[in-house]
Amino acid sequence: MSQSKQQVYRLNTGGRIDRSRTLSFTFNGERYQGHPGDTLASALLANGVDIVNRSFKYSRPRGIVAAGAEEPNAIVQLGSSEAGQVPNVRATQQALYDGLTATSTNGWPNVQRDLMGLIGKLGGQFMPPGFYYKTFMAPASMWLTYEKYIRKAAGLGRSPMEADPDSYDHFNQHCDVLVVGAGAAGLAAALAAARSGARVIVADEQEEMGGSLLASRETLEGKPADQWVVRVLDELSGCENVTLLPRTTANGYHDHNFVTLHERRTEHLSDTAPVENGRRQVRARLHRVRAGQVILATGAHERPLVYAGNDVPGNLLAGAVSTYIRRYGVAPGRKLVLSTSNDYGYRAALDWKEAGCEVVAIVDAREAPAGDWVDAARAQGIKIIAGSAVIEAKGSSRVSAARVAKIDIEAFKVTGPIQELACDTIASSGGYSPVIHLASHTGARPTWRDDILGFVPGLVKGVQACGGANGCYALGDVLAEGVEAGIKAAAAMGHAAQTVSLPSAEQLKQGPAVALFQVPHEKPTLRGPKQFVDLQNDVTAAGIELATREGFESIEHIKRYTAMGFGTDQGKLGNINGMAIAARCLGRSIPEVGTTVFRPNYTPVTFGAIVGRHCRELFDPERYTALHQWHVERGAEFEDVGQWKRPWYYPQKLNGKTETMHEAVARECLAVREKVGILDASTLGKIDIQGPDAREFLARVYTNKWEKLAVGRCRYGLMCKDDGMVTDDGVTSCLADNHFLMTTTTGGAAAILEWLELWHQTEWPELDVYFSSVTDHWATMTVTGPDARKLLGEITDIDLDRDSFKFMDWRSGTVAGVPARVFRISFTGELTFEINVQANYAMHVWQTLFKHGEKYDLTPYGTETMHVLRAEKGFIIVGQETDGSVTPEDLGMQWAVGYDKPYSWIGKRALTRSDTKRENRKQLVGLKPKDPKVVLEEGAQIVFDPKHAIPMPMVGHVTSSYFSPVLDSGFALAVVKGGHQKLGETVYLPMADGQTFEAEIVSTIFYDPKGERQNV
Amino acid sequence: MFYIYCPYCGEHREEEEFHPKGQAHLERPKEPEACSDEEWGDYLFFRDNPRGVHHEMWVHAVGCRKFFNVTRHTVSYEILETYKMGEQPSITADSQNQPREAAAVSHKEGVRA
Amino acid sequence: MSNAATFDTRTETAIPVESSLAYSYRHSGAPRGGGASRLQLRERAMLGHLILRGGAIVLDEAVRDVLGLNLPGEPQTLVQDASGERSIQWLSPDEWLVIVPGGEEFPLETKLREHLGSAHFAISDVSGGQTLVELSGEAARELLMKTVIYDVHPSHFPVGKGVTTVFAKATTIIRRPSEDRWELVIRRSFADYCYRWLLDAGAEYDINVQQ
Repeated sequence: MSQSKQQVYRLNTGGRIDRSRTLSFTFNGERYQGHPGDTLASALLANGVDIVNRSFKYSRPRGIVAAGAEEPNAIVQLGSSEAGQVPNVRATQQALYDGLTATSTNGWPNVQRDLMGLIGKLGGQFMPPGFYYKTFMAPASMWLTYEKYIRKAAGLGRSPMEADPDSYDHFNQHCDVLVVGAGAAGLAAALAAARSGARVIVADEQEEMGGSLLASRETLEGKPADQWVVRVLDELSGCENVTLLPRTTANGYHDHNFVTLHERRTEHLSDTAPVENGRRQVRARLHRVRAGQVILATGAHERPLVYAGNDVPGNLLAGAVSTYIRRYGVAPGRKLVLSTSNDYGYRAALDWKEAGCEVVAIVDAREAPAGDWVDAARAQGIKIIAGSAVIEAKGSSRVSAARVAKIDIEAFKVTGPIQELACDTIASSGGYSPVIHLASHTGARPTWRDDILGFVPGLVKGVQACGGANGCYALGDVLAEGVEAGIKAAAAMGHAAQTVSLPSAEQLKQGPAVALFQVPHEKPTLRGPKQFVDLQNDVTAAGIELATREGFESIEHIKRYTAMGFGTDQGKLGNINGMAIAARCLGRSIPEVGTTVFRPNYTPVTFGAIVGRHCRELFDPERYTALHQWHVERGAEFEDVGQWKRPWYYPQKLNGKTETMHEAVARECLAVREKVGILDASTLGKIDIQGPDAREFLARVYTNKWEKLAVGRCRYGLMCKDDGMVTDDGVTSCLADNHFLMTTTTGGAAAILEWLELWHQTEWPELDVYFSSVTDHWATMTVTGPDARKLLGEITDIDLDRDSFKFMDWRSGTVAGVPARVFRISFTGELTFEINVQANYAMHVWQTLFKHGEKYDLTPYGTETMHVLRAEKGFIIVGQETDGSVTPEDLGMQWAVGYDKPYSWIGKRALTRSDTKRENRKQLVGLKPKDPKVVLEEGAQIVFDPKHAIPMPMVGHVTSSYFSPVLDSGFALAVVKGGHQKLGETVYLPMADGQTFEAEIVSTIFYDPKGERQNV
Repeated sequence: MFYIYCPYCGEHREEEEFHPKGQAHLERPKEPEACSDEEWGDYLFFRDNPRGVHHEMWVHAVGCRKFFNVTRHTVSYEILETYKMGEQPSITADSQNQPREAAAVSHKEGVRA
Repeated sequence: MSNAATFDTRTETAIPVESSLAYSYRHSGAPRGGGASRLQLRERAMLGHLILRGGAIVLDEAVRDVLGLNLPGEPQTLVQDASGERSIQWLSPDEWLVIVPGGEEFPLETKLREHLGSAHFAISDVSGGQTLVELSGEAARELLMKTVIYDVHPSHFPVGKGVTTVFAKATTIIRRPSEDRWELVIRRSFADYCYRWLLDAGAEYDINVQQ
């Protein structure tokens, strides 16, 4: 590490920095020093670091231009450790802390000696807008090669390769009034709203609240303006109804006054959050604010003038020069030339002079500048060159001179001789652009105002703009607008106005500004040196002119063709200038050209803040049954079914070797077929249905009949949408005449409950029936297999005799001493009892079953075995055999359709449409692979003629496919066009690897076709 | 992210608590069997997609679980009213006065640019 | 007596029970927080939870006579008895949640059914399907701001209010029975997710779990 550099540009006095303390930091491997209160940018300027980056496309050296969010060049990669890497940080917004480590985002291999620069400089002429589209389009196969180098050259920053150690929060905020920006207007608005008693949130993106007042040369009540800031903040922080959020950027403005705020809580302290009391602090918060009223006090960005060489380091915004001097105690050069179109720019020259540096000249585009600040500059003896502008900056790694000439703005021409003024800094001011980004996010269109030469925000319901954001710049007026906005917003939320007396501001006399955007050069724009419009995306005035010549007239098209205002920049400095240039080239006015849409986010937001706590094990809810602990201890592998974690299979360890899934499933299948198995079926949706019209309601939503289902009996039901397509299925039991328990698929539970409510609330409110979810109340254990009766019989007082407790009956009693409802239904084809107990007792009942089940080799099985067993029986799974385009008849389930039911139940009418009656619909069949060892791929396409030329007509696909241990063969369910009429025929399944499998169309029931086993 | 007044809960609630359910005031034909295939197809599949005032059904899914209707402007996304199931809207495309239409048009042009 | 099946799912027999959070205590532990704790979490397990559905006019008298509480007709209202042990909360214009000490729910259902006779209503026992979690301490409201999208500011969420809303990526009922106490009614299958969320979000307040 080399020795720290001297802060050669640091002023001895002034600014809001603490010179008594020194902080060290590293930039591009060099060590430097700064002070508390510095930003990374101000510290770099103090140390005389001119080049902070290489430009995106041409790889030109770039320096710091601005002092805030609008900075286009000083975009750095932050982080001293791999885990702490943060890309896309604006050095102008990053507070300096001890040990800060930053590198330039662009520049390969480094910013000082840049290989790409050669290409950029040589290739500059050859990289017009649309260059990438035009050059790298063909051959398409080469794009990957090009891209690698382009990306490397472009250097968009990089994400960390290690896990982020920090935590982040989302905060759900609600308030009457959200004030965005705590400058003069925002503080005045907040004060007025707060005094009226409204709930107020004030968000400000900077390290300190106060905005431009922190660096202002103006006074309030005769005292420095920052003293008023202290007083106001003091009052606001004492109000219980006010939340002050410094270091918080309002990044997105969404529907109905929903605003997202990004609060950086520790990023001014270190690159990962510090540990306090043994606990790592929360690094950032994303506030999701629902505001009654929003006040946009986001201020204005100064507009740079567009002149040749305006990207050479040493070209700064006039206001930024003032900010660096007055707020950070840094004069970013020694000899200044100021080029301005208005009075505001003069402040930079005055501040520069007061800092003890040389002002070479003020170059003013106006013929006869007049005003208090102009007079002040004259009184200081500063040379003013009127009717002129800086037409070109000379220099390569730092400005060395300004070329100045008389210009004719109307004719867009240089009209006088050119003089060259030696200097190291050029400040420019083309006036202000209100920061309209947030308002633009709402979709409201901004309005152009000729009097301020800028767009003011278009406003949706419940939002006001005040101060700079509204094109109001005189301090006294700004404060008055703020107070008015605050009172209005609070009143809109029902809070009566309280008086707010405004501090008196100086009344300054100002001359009118002139509309100057692009400065003419002695050469035509297309042939002259580059004049940059968008420094971040390397868009030039010539590029925009060329785009208009190539026929792009819409500003949105010009934006996309040139990349102006793209990405993280969002057109903060360049957009208005770009529109003005497009307007000039197209012979239109700026409002006719219009503006592009600014999009969220205003400045980059870390993924951490966006994600909040919704990551890692909290990424998504995991739903567990009451028996989850047991499954985990038994070593189950889990399958995600919706949000549920269901045991998939239970691999056993035998002789130190863990079973494969295939082995485990085969073992579990045989256990059920030969002895007894048990499944945790608690995830099935359960809906308690009560009311005198419950039965009628069931008849309308299910395809089959319900009028004769007796108390104590269960029935399988199919549910369709009104388009006749199957949407859910399950068993519904009659608990009492007016009381039913419906089960749904695991994934469909919530949707089916909503479906029932939909029909009840909108179409059939006259039916007396209520639905309540009891899914979580009951734990369900499926005991199935030839020994099921023997096992259950040991621990229940229910009579399990086959004649008194028949297939499709339910009974209540106790199981293992716990009140239980037992349903004799079967999804495996074996003798089955589904035991339902209150979930709090589930573990006891389950464990008791295992205690007694040992002698029967009771085997737990998971969803995979369940799938194999049900498929062997031809039982469908909704969502697997069906996909929203399958009717009950397609499934061969006409037996579950009550065509003659009196009410036209949901789906009935659609089943007689010509399309649902078509004979060659895809119909569910069984497939038996010719080679029993083959397990067909689920989703594999089916053809009738494998010799058909490609593309072959595809006639269906495999919906379920497994290996059956009892059949010792692969088998599948599939949908095949006209399949019900094709039993015994052969179909073919051509695979991606060139193999073609053969299979025979068979019945969907592969095992126990007469259903004898479940009836024993 | 809409802020939706639930007419049953009597409060504005966040959009995350609701599910949109499509066009409002679609009535299932009383005698489906009397419908031609085309009429039934219209009922099943065809929906309005107006620029401007639209009536749509929502359900307060994470909340009171009640279905209700919303009159919403599809350009500004402003919710003009919400009303209970069985009630009729007080604001319709026809009832909208000229200035609102004009506002919608200027907005529309903005969106196109 | 309406023609519905009633079934007491609880037994007096001494049988081990597991609350909705039993797995979570084993898996995630129960941090003690220490003296600096600004947040307390306590599960009130094994209470009786009933969902009551019907018209307010139908249910009002029965609820008052049997439970001794006024049926809250205003949306988002929570009513409790003097002991705070029994409560009834508005969930929807025709739906209420009744929470009573464990074991009282079946006798209560039976009595309500007797009182309501042949009127149209529904009562569903959901005691096994949800649990009640109490939050208290000075950081409780801030924790809720991180967690639920509903506005929990005292001016908007006074004592005696209860709502169903989004909790992180799940759903819970949230209620404010007293100045310094909040209650969450959490579904059993989501309980572990909610518990882990609360521990994670509550870590910065040194959350203290009382078992």
